[in-house]
Amino acid sequence: MFTSFGKYILLLRLSFKRPEKFKVYWAEVMREMVSVGIGSLGIIAIISVFIGAATTIQVAFQLASPLVPLSIAGKISRDSNILEFSPTISSLVLAGRVGSNFASQIGTMRVTEQIDALEIMGVNAPGYLISPKILASITMVPMLVIVSICLGITGGYIACLAGGEITPADYVSGVVDGFDGLTIRVALVKAFVFGFLIASICSYQGFYTSGGALEVGQSATRGVVYSCVMILFADLIITRLML
Amino acid sequence: MIEVKDIYKTFGDNDVLKGISATFQTGKNNLIIGGSGSGKTTMLKCIVGLHEPTKGQVFFDGENFTEMDFEQRVPIRTQIGMLFQNSALFDSMTVEENIMFPLNLFTNQSIAEKRDRANFCLERVNLKDRNKLYPAELSGGMKKRVGIARAISMEPKYLFVDEPNSGLDPKTSILIDELIAELTVEYDMTTVVVTHDMNSVMGIGDHIIFLHQGQKWWEGSNKEIAHTDNKELNDFVFASKFMQAAKEKL
Repeated sequence: MFTSFGKYILLLRLSFKRPEKFKVYWAEVMREMVSVGIGSLGIIAIISVFIGAATTIQVAFQLASPLVPLSIAGKISRDSNILEFSPTISSLVLAGRVGSNFASQIGTMRVTEQIDALEIMGVNAPGYLISPKILASITMVPMLVIVSICLGITGGYIACLAGGEITPADYVSGVVDGFDGLTIRVALVKAFVFGFLIASICSYQGFYTSGGALEVGQSATRGVVYSCVMILFADLIITRLML
Repeated sequence: MIEVKDIYKTFGDNDVLKGISATFQTGKNNLIIGGSGSGKTTMLKCIVGLHEPTKGQVFFDGENFTEMDFEQRVPIRTQIGMLFQNSALFDSMTVEENIMFPLNLFTNQSIAEKRDRANFCLERVNLKDRNKLYPAELSGGMKKRVGIARAISMEPKYLFVDEPNSGLDPKTSILIDELIAELTVEYDMTTVVVTHDMNSVMGIGDHIIFLHQGQKWWEGSNKEIAHTDNKELNDFVFASKFMQAAKEKL
């Protein structure tokens, strides 16, 4: 475990060495940003709307009491979306979608000698392959999380329109009541850290793949599992430190 | 000229290379031959720095490549072209982008100049007008030729080729061998080819090293190979009835 952690740190150090030509690396960063950001928008939109709607219905159901104002359901739903569901659930889904893509892409390049070809040319392979992915992830995951928060709250509103547990007016009143900017800051810090973990862990797994197609699949699976575990661990640490 | 001095390579308990020394002359097709597991690909990887030798040194025109760090190796690596066994073309790039890739990173040429160079290299390997195809759209022989075009795009001083004929039909194999031999003379390169293809050995082997059980077992040219009394080499080269019959006619 310590050996793997040491290799991971060394790989990260190599990834952020000065690029041979900034322009070529920049083009890669842009390409990865489109892949991570635009490519994940659909799945993030779908899960955010459904989770937002389901959360609102469940909170309203649990708080069904004449002593509790129904607008509280909107408030709890909002904070749950901002603090937990949007950054964490979105990142877990992104670990599956983006992380497995990173690990299998780099792993395939390893087993088909494309990484050897880069090294023979004198290219810093970790820098060329991994740093654009990390930069794209730490930029695009926070943006996706912001989109997810907006859509999650919208999902709650749609649930209020469709069901009878809570009126849309009560929900909106709860959503705007007592909003604290700290929750958004916590969500963005989480998104940034989770983006880094997804890209770096999955790239590491891909980079040290050896064998063939079977091992590429195993690397992708390991990358997703390890990054999911690390996301949940980091979630706890960040929540404890910032709230 | 490339000099290999007393190279050892060990993986765990497995001694793959056991003290190999050799000199590869400029302008010659230097072949490393041997059976499966004899250490020829490991030797090639030790020479180009993909594996670090356990012991021993590699010199490129007198410069000790083994003792250099990554940064120091870059100037030499930009003079190295390599064709991999499976061509190792970048899947996400077109043929033209593959050839232009080293030019993008290591030269300050304009896009037009780089495109001209890519077209020239493609023409040289008889693959004109295939610029916009992706590697997945190419046949095995075409991939090899694109691999060669990419390898010569930087006008290298050293060309390394790993199993150029694997997976190719005999006619395409001969074309690839001839292309490698022509380019070696044209660019005055030091060419090192790892192969176990007997057509290559007899066709382009100016200088041949035969590896057996991780050691240099024999060294000579394709003209000398037919008359050697080295048992292991004879067993390897003349294993087939066809080659035995060819030997008897010589």
